[in-house]
Amino acid sequence: MSEMRIKIDPKSLSQTRWYECAIRFVLGGMITVVAGLLAKKFGPAVGGLFLAFPAIFPASATLVEKHEKEKKAQQGLHGEERGRDAAALDAAGAAMGSIGLLIFAVTVWLLLPNHSAWAVLSGASVLWFVSSCCLWFLREHRHKVFGFEPNAKHVTRVSRS
Amino acid sequence: MGDIAIRFIIGGLFVTAFAVIGDLLKPKSFAGIFGAAPSVALATLGLTIAKNGNAYAALEARSMLAAAGALLVYCVLVTWLLKRDHLHALAATSSAILAWFIVAFGAWYVWLK
Repeated sequence: MSEMRIKIDPKSLSQTRWYECAIRFVLGGMITVVAGLLAKKFGPAVGGLFLAFPAIFPASATLVEKHEKEKKAQQGLHGEERGRDAAALDAAGAAMGSIGLLIFAVTVWLLLPNHSAWAVLSGASVLWFVSSCCLWFLREHRHKVFGFEPNAKHVTRVSRS
Repeated sequence: MGDIAIRFIIGGLFVTAFAVIGDLLKPKSFAGIFGAAPSVALATLGLTIAKNGNAYAALEARSMLAAAGALLVYCVLVTWLLKRDHLHALAATSSAILAWFIVAFGAWYVWLK
């Protein structure tokens, strides 16, 4: 099994259409407004629950599935299963990100009352990113680190595309 | 009304920015990390701090613990539904939202209320 490399692929942006960005913008804006309105009506304890609501996740996963299907269709292949696999990989990555989000929340909750807001939010964001990356790395290299077998089906099908 | 418009624009910008970063990255499992980026949290907490101060925003972050735990359950469930039940992405991600509500509000009620 060869190493899985993280790379930036500007070409993949060409697959994203303007209205797909608009959907994310509207959903993101709406959930931020809802969180603010709920905090105003029911207090910060209820409003805070919507800071990690999967508002744009259904749209994002659907787009990942659609783009993968389109890519395979261009090659004259049926991309149904590949599209689903790509969306499943996206969700698995988001699971790593949500553990990072727990670390983000703990950091902000404990440090914000006594420290600079700018420093706490920046530090918590860095912690989210670093912890998520470490978890992703451990998951992808679990066969080396822990001796587990990798999920060959998903590694070969979509991860390297 | 102005406050709502500002919230909408800032929230939309943060979410779109993180989503575009995710679109740029490969492999897909790594890009997926950005599906759980603190985009709404940064927008909301930033606005809350500016308006209500640090202590008030810290209370929101405390509840976010339950929400982030629920998001983890949600993502694992979506992965499982896609891989085992062969549901389409929209069906899997939409139906699993019920689990997010149960876990988030359940955890908040039991430990954080």
